[in-house]
Amino acid sequence: MADTTTPGIAAGRESRDALKANFADLHAPYAPHEAAVAADRCYFCYDAPCVTACPTGIDIPLFIRQIATGTSEAAAKTIFEQNILGGMCARVCPTEDLCEEACVREAAEGKPVEIGRLQRHATDRLMAREGHPFVRAKTTGKRIAVVGAGPAGLAAAHRLAMLGSDVTLFDARKKAGGLNEFGIAAYKSTDDFAAREVDWLLGIGGIEVKTGQSLGVDLTLDGLLSEFDAVFLAVGLGGVNNLSLDGEEKSGVSDAVDFIENLRQVSDLASLPVGRDVVVIGGGMTAVDAAIQSKLLGARQVTIAYRGGRDRMSASAYEQDLAASKGVQLLFNVKPLAMHNGEIELAYTDGSDEVLRLPADQVFKAIGQTLVTDAGLALDGRKIAVDAYGRTSRDGVWAGGDCASGGNDLTVTAVAEGRDAAMDIHATLMGGK
Amino acid sequence: MADLTTDFLGIKSPNPFWLASAPPTDKEYNVRRAFEAGWGGVVWKTLGSEGPPVVNVNGPRYGAIYGADRRLLGLNNIELITDRPLEVNLEEITRVKADYPDRAIIVSLMVPCEEQAWKDILPKVAATGADGIELNFGCPHGMSERGMGAAVGQVPEYIEMVARWCKQYYDKPVIVKLTPNITDVRKPAAAAMRGGADAVSLINTINSITSVNLDSMSPEPMIDGKGSHGGYCGPAVKPIAMSMVSEIARNPETHGLPISGIGGITTWRDAAEFMALGCGNVQVCTAAMTYGFKVVEEMISGLSQWMDEKGYESTSDFVGMAVPNVTDWQYLNLNYVAKAKISQDDCIKCGRCYAACEDTSHQAISMTADRVFEVIDEECVACNLCVDVCPVEDCITMEPMKAGEIDPRTGKVVEKDYANWTTHPNNPGAVAAE
Repeated sequence: MADTTTPGIAAGRESRDALKANFADLHAPYAPHEAAVAADRCYFCYDAPCVTACPTGIDIPLFIRQIATGTSEAAAKTIFEQNILGGMCARVCPTEDLCEEACVREAAEGKPVEIGRLQRHATDRLMAREGHPFVRAKTTGKRIAVVGAGPAGLAAAHRLAMLGSDVTLFDARKKAGGLNEFGIAAYKSTDDFAAREVDWLLGIGGIEVKTGQSLGVDLTLDGLLSEFDAVFLAVGLGGVNNLSLDGEEKSGVSDAVDFIENLRQVSDLASLPVGRDVVVIGGGMTAVDAAIQSKLLGARQVTIAYRGGRDRMSASAYEQDLAASKGVQLLFNVKPLAMHNGEIELAYTDGSDEVLRLPADQVFKAIGQTLVTDAGLALDGRKIAVDAYGRTSRDGVWAGGDCASGGNDLTVTAVAEGRDAAMDIHATLMGGK
Repeated sequence: MADLTTDFLGIKSPNPFWLASAPPTDKEYNVRRAFEAGWGGVVWKTLGSEGPPVVNVNGPRYGAIYGADRRLLGLNNIELITDRPLEVNLEEITRVKADYPDRAIIVSLMVPCEEQAWKDILPKVAATGADGIELNFGCPHGMSERGMGAAVGQVPEYIEMVARWCKQYYDKPVIVKLTPNITDVRKPAAAAMRGGADAVSLINTINSITSVNLDSMSPEPMIDGKGSHGGYCGPAVKPIAMSMVSEIARNPETHGLPISGIGGITTWRDAAEFMALGCGNVQVCTAAMTYGFKVVEEMISGLSQWMDEKGYESTSDFVGMAVPNVTDWQYLNLNYVAKAKISQDDCIKCGRCYAACEDTSHQAISMTADRVFEVIDEECVACNLCVDVCPVEDCITMEPMKAGEIDPRTGKVVEKDYANWTTHPNNPGAVAAE
């Protein structure tokens, strides 16, 4: 039996009980009384700043008032009308940078209404009910291909199905869900929530899921356009940015996204190996998720090594604090140079010539993801170029989510882009525009 | 520190906070605890005639309405007068009074409207050593159907008659407790005075149904599928009570009649307000029922601090001070012009003032894209709704305009002289200024 001091990369550093506790819900769901108390704090602002701050524009004051008046199911419907993945967004949204940052009670008292947890309360209530809350409109006779079953693809597929079109939802992996299923920290999506949410969403009907279908391998845009009336691409960023370190190949260096994916899919966390001393290279959410979860698996020392300062880190202050509270060390203004035997050599980026070495049985690279294929579409930078409606350079092809230009790599933004592209696809097909 | 000792009808108590006749004062155990907690006096839960006591329902007696965070704002009850034997209550009153000679004990009474009934009970009450009696002419439920409580309080002639009997057969102070379930509270107050009563206390509870159970389609509190109107009290009734108190205080016929104020008094400030409107002391019930007897500590310390700050040495210094400022609408100064002002430093940008003004008032608040809310003086009628809906105290204030300035709404110069509706040119009944 390994423990936190076992050298190298080892499984079972923590007991199963400890792992269960470590990976429990980051924010436990509200008890009804807690929800009532939290809901009472909402001021029902006019043209509320929280709504403006929400990428999906959920009518937050209304749904909170609905909770406060004992109709949480109606509250959930208010949420889902704008954001069909409101359940996942309640768990993963950086609310501290969005709705809760904008909450007037944040300005007034430094204590916003806990909008995220209230949203979870409402959506959990409705999703626990039998049946799906929305019905499909009269059939349009249109068939639409949605490529990528992550947040953007799911949102688009649901909206199109609801509007009456038939959707085929392709995904390269064996399971739908995208980053919700494979890329988010486990303690944010407990009890297989991502998969349950997909099943619930598909309850609308009219969506056929085809997995194991990759764009550029199994599918081509020409082929899809010959079979479907429109195509929505939400393939995400399947590649990872490269970082070549001297000695990388023999030293336990791997991609953070793979580590997180394995962690999300493994049935027994005690079987998942992790280094005694772990260093994560990067400064985004993936870096934080990989670091925290390494710690929770039982790594002795975990360090996030980021080349910029704290203010440049794309992970929010809340996420940084969460990492720190779990015992992760945050190291700023350093870049990796080379792997040595069980150590990583880092150089300061602040102009000094100093280098430092940290013990590193395992190193995760989390320096960003890239588009796997452009499918012949015009790019904006390294992403598929789209306009405000999600239209690409090719007629009949829309794109959204992480693969498309604009946006901010948030689940909630991907949902908004999928939904809005779906509305434009529908308007275009039905209006003959 | 200010002296809170109160002399009400010659009855001294260490502070003006009495517990009203109600469930908290139903028995020796409670009253002893109340005195230990610091209450200045109690009005013992209403006694009825000798004989088998009344019975109460065996299901819920109380209903409530709530504010945010389930704060109890209004309570309703269908409990009757004491359901314990008269002798037991009298023995307990005697014992407690003997042990707490410095505290006020008033005995609340409700017996049939017959002279003999009062003649029978009054000597027994006198024998307890209690400091006075309060005639319960107010309870709106249960007893009123039997010709007592509010059924008496709604007929001024009965009030006068019973008050007179009491003054005849009892030699200590007689307080008449008034029901608010009447159109003009000045009438029963005047009747009490005519009957020789030493004081009135008000208000008793208000007829009410606090809620309807939408599953059983029954009013709450529900007894086996049915509900009955009960008596409403608590913070929600305070404005109604204060208005009634002020009517009696400023009515020439009853001006100077001692008043014991009752109705939603929850904090020292509530008490001070009632007293400013002419109450010599106050009676509290719902606050104690909600938070326990300990609340009196805040009332004592708060009133004391405020009196020190204001330089009042005894409660009588400020009792009634607000009465001269209660007037009729027609005498309000129409030349007084104010404008709302929003403090941008304090504004949290919730926009409730904007919604209220834009949707339901005078469209006198502007809103910018970055949520700056400002008053449009050209439209503002100073209605105060924005102040009332703002969640931040003193963020929006009403600023009076100075005489000589031009009101941007009317284009008229603000006059320095007082002028009211009675002389206004738009008033068909206006009288020419002398």
